[in-house]
Amino acid sequence: MTTRTLVSPAQLARPRARYVYWTALVLVLVLFTAVFLGPLYWMVTGGLKSTQEAVQSPPTLVPSSFHPETYARAWEVMDLARLLLNTLWYAFGALAFQLVLDVSAAYSLSRLRPVLGKAILGMMLATLMIPAAVLVVPQYLTVLDVPVVRRNLLDSPWAIWLPSVANAFNIFLLKRFFDSIPREMLDAAAVDGASRLRILWSVVLPVSRPILGVVSIFAVVGVWKDFLWPMLTLPDPTKQTLNVGIYSLASGVPENVLIAALTIASVPTLLIFLVFQRNIMSGLTAGGLKG
Amino acid sequence: MPSASALPSSERPEARAQRDSGPRPAPARAALLRSLGHHLSAHAFLIGAVLCFSLFSWYPMVREFLLAFQRTEDGRTYWAGWDNLRTVLADPAFWQAWRGTLLFTGLALVLGFAVPFVVALVINEFRHAQAYLRLLVYLPVMLPPVASVLLFKYLYDPGHGLFNSVLAALGLPEQQWLQDPDTAMLSVVVAATWMNMGGATLIYLAALQSVPGELYEAAELDGAGLLRKIWHVTVPQTRLVLSLMLLMQIIATMQVFTEPFLLTNGAGPEGATTTVVYLIYQYAFNFNDYGAAAALGLLLLVLLSGFSAAYVRLSRTAEDA
Repeated sequence: MTTRTLVSPAQLARPRARYVYWTALVLVLVLFTAVFLGPLYWMVTGGLKSTQEAVQSPPTLVPSSFHPETYARAWEVMDLARLLLNTLWYAFGALAFQLVLDVSAAYSLSRLRPVLGKAILGMMLATLMIPAAVLVVPQYLTVLDVPVVRRNLLDSPWAIWLPSVANAFNIFLLKRFFDSIPREMLDAAAVDGASRLRILWSVVLPVSRPILGVVSIFAVVGVWKDFLWPMLTLPDPTKQTLNVGIYSLASGVPENVLIAALTIASVPTLLIFLVFQRNIMSGLTAGGLKG
Repeated sequence: MPSASALPSSERPEARAQRDSGPRPAPARAALLRSLGHHLSAHAFLIGAVLCFSLFSWYPMVREFLLAFQRTEDGRTYWAGWDNLRTVLADPAFWQAWRGTLLFTGLALVLGFAVPFVVALVINEFRHAQAYLRLLVYLPVMLPPVASVLLFKYLYDPGHGLFNSVLAALGLPEQQWLQDPDTAMLSVVVAATWMNMGGATLIYLAALQSVPGELYEAAELDGAGLLRKIWHVTVPQTRLVLSLMLLMQIIATMQVFTEPFLLTNGAGPEGATTTVVYLIYQYAFNFNDYGAAAALGLLLLVLLSGFSAAYVRLSRTAEDA
C-alpha cells in the first residue's frame, strides 16, 4: 500500500499507535465477520437442525444434533433441481441474447454510425431515466399480447430473454468501450478485406474481453436476483425461478427445510462470486455508477 | 445507320464529361448504393436490440401514459381523462403508501448512505485484510434476494429468532420487529441495507483511493485532527461520487418493492410498510385496475424525473472532469 490515507504513516509508526491499530483491526474483523458471515452461518446450520430445534426458543448457536438429510428433503420437497435448471436456462439464455444483440448494436452505434444512430442511442439512454418499477405494468401487458405478432409470452422463456436485451446500461458500457479501441486496428483489418462481422469477431471482441466479462456477470446475476418480473410472467409452478419457487412454497414447509433450501439457492451465486470476484469488483467501479 | 453514327455527336456534353472523369459511367449512383449498403448493414447490426427496446421499453413508456388516462370495462377501452388520478388520490392507502415510501427512503439514506461511507473509510485505513473485508461486505449482494429476505425473517422471528435471543442475553427488552407497526419499517430497512450496502461501499473505497495523500499532509501541518481531515479533505474530494450515489439511492429506494413484499407481505402491520410500488402492484395484479396503477406510476415517474435529471447532469460533469 503506497497511498496515503487519513492516518499518517509517522503516526502509525509509534509503538502505542501500532497497538491501537492492531486492536482496531481485530475488532473490525470480528465485527464484520459476525455481521456479514453470521447470518450465513445461521442459514447453513439452521438447515442442519431438526425441525423442533429450528423453531426452539431460545435458539441454539450450534446444532445439538446434525441432520444433513434436511438438505436432501429440501431438494426433494421444493423440487429445487427443476427450479435451478429453470433459472440456469433463463439466465444463460438472457446472457446469450444480450451478448449477441447488445454487442452488435453497440458495435454498430460506435463504429458503423448508421443514419439516425445518434437518435437511437439517445432514445436507448433515455430509458435509464424512467424508473423501472413504473414500466412493469405496461411491460406485463405487452407480454400478454405482443404487438404486431399477437403472441402471449406468459410462461415462456422469451418473456425473460427479450426484455433483458433492452438494457441501456449494457449498450452504454459496451459502446464506450468500443469507442476507445484505436481506429488503426479496425482500419488495418478493413484494408485486408475483412467484412464487418469478421472485424467485430476477430478484432473487436478479443480486445473487449474485460467489458464482455462485466456485462456477462451482470446479465446472469441480474436474472438470478430478479423477483417481481419472473413472478408475474412465469406463474406456472413448473416454470418458476428459484426465487419465485422458494417464495411460493415457503409457508408450506417446516422452517429447517426452508432454511436448507435458502442455503442451496445461495450456493450458485456465491460460487460465481468467489470465482469471479476480481472481475465483479473491478466491473463495479470501472463500469462507473450504474444508473 | 444514320442514327447510330449520329449518336456520339448528339451525346450531351455533361454526360461525356462525366464519363471522362471516372472509370464507371455513374460513380455518384455507385457511391449512393455503397452508402446505402453501408447504412443497411449497420442497421442490420442494430435491429435486434432496437426491436427489443421497441417492444419492452419504448412502447411500454408510451403505453404507461395512455393507460393512465384510459379505463377498460367489460372489454371496452375508453378515454377517462383525470378519473384514474382522482381514484388514486381518493384512496386512503395513497398517503399511507407515500408516507411508507418516504420513511423507507429516509431511513435507507441514514443507514444505507452513511454506513457504507463510514465502512469504506474504516476499511481504507487498514494495511491488512482489506481484500477479506471487501469480500465480506459484498457477499450479501450476491445472494438471491429471496434467500436473504427469508433468512432475515427467520432472524427477526419474535419467538425463535436470533435477534431476540441476543437482546435477551444482553438484558434488553425483546421486540416484535416485523409485527410491530413502530419497528416494522426499520426492520425492513436494516435487512435491505445488509443486502445492498456492498456495492456502495466498494464504489466509495475506489473514490477514497483517489484522494491525493498530500492533502492530508497539508491538513496535518495545519493541525487538523481526524474528524476535521474527514470533513475538510475526504468529503470535498469525494463529493461528486457521494452526490451521484445519493441521487441513485433516492431513485432506487423510492421504488422499493421486494423487501417489504417478502418480509411483511407488502402492507405490513396496520399498513406500516405499504410503499408506492406495492400499491401499484396491488392495483394492477390484485384489483386488475391497470388505469389506477398507471396513474400512480406516472406520479412516481414525475417525482423521480427531477432526481434522474440531476443525476444525468452530474454524471456529465463527472465525465468532463
